Amino acid sequence: MPTPARYWREIPQRYRLEAGRCRRCGFIAFPPRLICPGCRSREFEIIKLAEEGRVISYTIIRVPPHQFVDQAPYAVGIVELDDGVKLMGQIVDCPFEELRTGLRVRIEFRKIMEEGEAGIIYYGYKFVPA
Amino acid sequence: MRDVAIIGVGMMKWGELWEKSLRTIFVETALAAIDDAGIDHLDAMYIGCMSSGLFVGQEHLGSLLADYLGQKPIPAARVESACASGGLALRQGFIDVASGMNDFVLVGGIEKMTDLNANEVTYALGTAADQEYEGYHGITFPGLYALIARAHMEKYGTTREQLAMVAVKNHDNGALNPLAQYPFKITVEAVLNSPLVADPLRVLDCSPITDGAAAVILAPVEVAKKLNKPIVKIIGSGHATDSIALAHREDITWLEAVYQSARKALAMAGKKIEDIDVFEVHDCFTIAEICIIEALGLVEKGKGGQAVEAGLTRIDGPFPVNPSGGLKAKGHPVGATGVAQAVEIVKQLRGEAGRRQVKGARLGLTQNMGGTGGSSVVHIFAAE
Repeated sequence: MPTPARYWREIPQRYRLEAGRCRRCGFIAFPPRLICPGCRSREFEIIKLAEEGRVISYTIIRVPPHQFVDQAPYAVGIVELDDGVKLMGQIVDCPFEELRTGLRVRIEFRKIMEEGEAGIIYYGYKFVPA
Repeated sequence: MRDVAIIGVGMMKWGELWEKSLRTIFVETALAAIDDAGIDHLDAMYIGCMSSGLFVGQEHLGSLLADYLGQKPIPAARVESACASGGLALRQGFIDVASGMNDFVLVGGIEKMTDLNANEVTYALGTAADQEYEGYHGITFPGLYALIARAHMEKYGTTREQLAMVAVKNHDNGALNPLAQYPFKITVEAVLNSPLVADPLRVLDCSPITDGAAAVILAPVEVAKKLNKPIVKIIGSGHATDSIALAHREDITWLEAVYQSARKALAMAGKKIEDIDVFEVHDCFTIAEICIIEALGLVEKGKGGQAVEAGLTRIDGPFPVNPSGGLKAKGHPVGATGVAQAVEIVKQLRGEAGRRQVKGARLGLTQNMGGTGGSSVVHIFAAE
């Protein structure tokens, strides 16, 4: 389970979709990186990810990790956003039988999980049909 | 570099070993390898183990296991690369002996998994994925391979039945391996009717949760020749990495680290993939074996499912894959798997594989993978 500090460090990505764009070759790193894996440049500018994209692949998790037991079954997919960035997340508000590759989705800010009654409530992005 | 031989192998029955601890499982297996080699001391040890910390709450394995094996104060180190830990330990031992640093090196692999319940095991294995950007969203390892499977099926027309045939073939082989966790046959219907774990993958597409260990003894070939033992040489070693986050791959159906590690190992051995007689590969899920035979270059991209359906990977086929039963039937104590693959290839090249013997095998290959292909280790072995 993430500690508060570990959770807090990722907030720019999970709440605000902040990514790094390489000033030399244009590669978009999400999460941001210190060195570009393509051209090895170390110069990045912070940008915000596109908020829509399409599903590349998906699955329905029926045997979850222990911290997601109360949510199963749930759908997780890889989505290619309109800026070319691919990322993983849950696909929600979509009946399982309507899931398909190529489905247009948009990012929404949602609760990811919670840590008992007194622990952290974890938030972040999920995908919903566009 | 010195030529390196495997002069001894050890493996015991794998399964749910409730009555045995991590150290006991390791030591009885390591002793079997030492006895097989007929040596009276070790110079160093490398232990492949993915996560003794999460599985049994024990780190610092190198020293613990050297002590319980009666070998202190020799140098002993744990090697970790998720499910490729065993293969990577073998590579470290190979480099150690080849360099001239040590003569008798034990390479072991161990995982004690059944002290946790299934959800806890799912979490522990999941730490081989990107924890902040994959695990955070509730993905699991079956889920990650399910994403690969669906993409492969849609891109290449790989069928649900072809996936099942990988498991059926590996259980056919495992039924001939008395050390396998599940030494029995299954049917395509049984796979297709088993419970869904992560669509489209079902329980019988997945390798099991296993307790087990494996060990080999390495020595320089010139030293090994004086022992009057059958010698199997390691003639190639390749290791490569890739993004551990599946979403960061250009094509999620292609295992670039497998391709790169095989290319390096084959170049070192001076062999082509078609020269190899027998293969042990990392079938943690049925789709994995299909993607691996493509990345090794045994078949064209996208043709892996058809190759399995045509029987090309059976023990009596043109390129036998996983005669041991693979991870699916033999079991998958994650850190031990890469070493156990080498144990099987040594048995095959010595002609000691019994009813699952690949006739006339002279060259063998192991491929051991971490995560969804974030790491891959390939070794090539030759009968002397």
